[in-house]
Amino acid sequence: MWASLFLLADLPLFPVAASKQADQIDALYWFITIVSAVMTVLIFACIIVFAWKYQRRTHVEPTQIEGSTALELTWSILPFLVMLVMFGWGAQLYFAAQNPPKDAMEVFVTGKQWMWKVQYPNGGSEINALHVPVNQSVKLTMASEDVIHSFSIPAFRVRHDVMPGHYNSLWFTATKPGRYHLFCTEYCGMEHSGMVGWVDVLNERDYANWQAGGGTGSAGSLVEQGRSIFMQNGCSTCHLQDQQGRCPVLRGLYNKPVQLADGRTVTADDAYIRESILDPNAKIAAGFQANIMPVFKGQLTEANVIQLIAYIRSLSPPEPASQQGDQQRPVVIAPTDANGNNSGVSR
Amino acid sequence: MATIAHEIPQVAPQEVNYLNVEHGWKSWLLTTDHKRIAMLYLFSITAMFFVGGAMAVLFRINLLQPEGIFSPETYNRLFSMHGIVMVFLFLVPSIPATLANFLIPIMIGAKDLAFPRINLLSWYLYIGGAALTLYAIFRGGVDTGWTFYAPYSSTYSNSYVLAAAMGIFVAGFSSILTGLNFIVTVHKMRAPGMTWGRLPLFVWSNYATGLIQVLGTPVLAITMLLLAFERIAHVGIFDPNIGGDPILFQHLFWFYSHPAVYIMILPGMGVISEIVSCFSRKRIFGYNFVAFSSMAIAVLSFVVWGHHMFLTGESMYTSVAFSFLSFMVAVPSAIKVFNWTATMYKGSISFDTPMLYVFGFIGLFTIGGLTGLHLATLGTDVATHGTYFIVAHFHYVMVGGMVMAFLGGLHFWWPKMTGRLYPEGWSKFSALIIFIGFNLTFFPQFILGYLGMPRRYQSYPPEFQTLNVLSTSGASILGVGYLIPMIYFVWSWKYGPKAGKNPWGAAGLEWQIQSPPTTFNFDETPTVKEEAYNYGKLEEILG
Repeated sequence: MWASLFLLADLPLFPVAASKQADQIDALYWFITIVSAVMTVLIFACIIVFAWKYQRRTHVEPTQIEGSTALELTWSILPFLVMLVMFGWGAQLYFAAQNPPKDAMEVFVTGKQWMWKVQYPNGGSEINALHVPVNQSVKLTMASEDVIHSFSIPAFRVRHDVMPGHYNSLWFTATKPGRYHLFCTEYCGMEHSGMVGWVDVLNERDYANWQAGGGTGSAGSLVEQGRSIFMQNGCSTCHLQDQQGRCPVLRGLYNKPVQLADGRTVTADDAYIRESILDPNAKIAAGFQANIMPVFKGQLTEANVIQLIAYIRSLSPPEPASQQGDQQRPVVIAPTDANGNNSGVSR
Repeated sequence: MATIAHEIPQVAPQEVNYLNVEHGWKSWLLTTDHKRIAMLYLFSITAMFFVGGAMAVLFRINLLQPEGIFSPETYNRLFSMHGIVMVFLFLVPSIPATLANFLIPIMIGAKDLAFPRINLLSWYLYIGGAALTLYAIFRGGVDTGWTFYAPYSSTYSNSYVLAAAMGIFVAGFSSILTGLNFIVTVHKMRAPGMTWGRLPLFVWSNYATGLIQVLGTPVLAITMLLLAFERIAHVGIFDPNIGGDPILFQHLFWFYSHPAVYIMILPGMGVISEIVSCFSRKRIFGYNFVAFSSMAIAVLSFVVWGHHMFLTGESMYTSVAFSFLSFMVAVPSAIKVFNWTATMYKGSISFDTPMLYVFGFIGLFTIGGLTGLHLATLGTDVATHGTYFIVAHFHYVMVGGMVMAFLGGLHFWWPKMTGRLYPEGWSKFSALIIFIGFNLTFFPQFILGYLGMPRRYQSYPPEFQTLNVLSTSGASILGVGYLIPMIYFVWSWKYGPKAGKNPWGAAGLEWQIQSPPTTFNFDETPTVKEEAYNYGKLEEILG
């Protein structure tokens, strides 16, 4: 007990807020906390007053009261209305958390028992460390190699589970340079509490220095790394230019709707591409046969898949804003004709 | 020789009751008397409570040091087994299998439950489930957490997952049978005049609990079987590497385990309604609303499970719906708290030990319930999920709420169950110790949680040490608080002063029969002519 009193000297009671998200969530947190505190005090005050005023020593004869529908309705409806405010406010923040801004810088994270691997677009990667510039929105796209993990930065008030077999994402805009904890917050086995690291928020100059210093030991950009995996695994023989009409050509594919053999239409996003690499037979594009492409599940790590996706994205140069209406049209990735012309991107 | 015979003291002929009517271990192990089965359950769950508590003491010791004291393997097993034992072998059966088992037939004027032998079977199933779980502990334990999240549990863990999962599977059937027995009993066995509108609220709340047990527990059984199936036969159900989906596990698990939270709190709410009315000498305020709110909780409890999964990547709109429904379920809980408070208004309040537990319950349950708002709100759940904030929240509800209610109920009905009184000074002292110890243990965890300390961490950054030390010192006080009642209850069983029929001046059928009751409770089936909590006729009740 004495030891704990001694330690009270440097006792943190509230976390630093180092992101835009943190300020927004703290405001809601205090709103709920203050409403709760008022309710608690109100109830406690009633109980204490009643217990004192009507104690048996002085108040021998109780008055029997059946109840009051008006009171019941009041204390059901009023608190519910206040709770609706919490609900709406909270839903709004949650929606914002699910929709990263378009200009967000993208970083890839892979969770694995018991470490975080972080991959940057420039090809650099690091373990249990994340470097981000201040005042820049950052979107993390996350995958797990094994069990469920959860990526959490308390100072930013952001967190998302990392489910194996799925891509999950979160985003934040750091506002204060500094070094902050990074935790895994979903129990993932023996060294769960060792699956921690640091997030460094750097100002513009420090960030440029850090990048220039090659602080992460890069070997070509993420796209280049993806390209070499693409070549090594023989993907290029079919997917860049297909002479036999066996498989879709990947140029211009990213983020376009794709018509499937079973009639559905899906978007060729990260999750779809990931699934099509690891388990190609799960969704067959219209006009193609199953069981032609090898299954890469167990052959590639999630980090490799992230590199491949970066490369496949690079095959679709960003379109000018005026053409965005076209994205609504499903792409029929038809086989090339006998002349080798790809007739795919049409309807 | 004649002189020796004379020396045998002349004792007054002892009243025959359910405890002394038969003797010997067979008379207990083969009994179909709901009161004896309740006592068997009471011993069993108390043992489990101390097993689970011992593990809590050990891992709280580990957390005195930022780098931990035990190895991660040991620590992970300690918190996992603590959760499994406390949830499935203590909290779920706690009040229903003991107090409700003992009291429901008496409160409705019946001789026993509808299916006395099924009642005994349910105890044996419980013992079977507990034995399997203890086997898992003694072989080396389980390290999956009580939530058994796949694919960690189904593929990666090298611990005794199967034994523990089967323990839960078997114990689940005991819970189903208890619930089934209560539902049928309340429907079919009520004495003449005991209408639904006259049922004590303790019966209402256990009836609602029974519905959840019968409808929810089979889903847990299915989940555990699928888990075993994947673990043994490697059929891809939850593990994406073999074609499964880990989110499916969470849907199945929480479809039971969220309603299970209400299995763990509704019976406690029933206890509080009984005690607050008795020690205020006042009918319960808004009987219909309190009874109806139990049923509303039972129904709504089945549609809020998705709030455990806001961060798994479930669709935004699913999350919004579950968030909204979670706020809905807060309303009936709030109704109860307001009605208990209003019941005290213009009452004649005494501060006997059971009432002290009511004060403790309302205080802690209010805090536990209101901090649930931070978790039901989508925006703040992001910041608190998976941290000590959640640990504190559910301990305020489960321990601050349910264990307080259980102890309150035990102190209230102990004189009925054993015919003996316990020492009032000691019991008040321990109630106070428990309240202080509890808050010192769990309040710092709210702060720790928002600071970001994740749950289930064997080691942690040094800046969290002070709050962890406070929490551990609270836990040691709490532990002492729980041991004291254990000692004086054992003492009072033999040496406590005789309680008589109705030591508290309480209304209700159970207080009109002798203490302890006879095997069949009533000499003849009573006819009920008045509503519950008729404290308007105080002279009649007090005799």
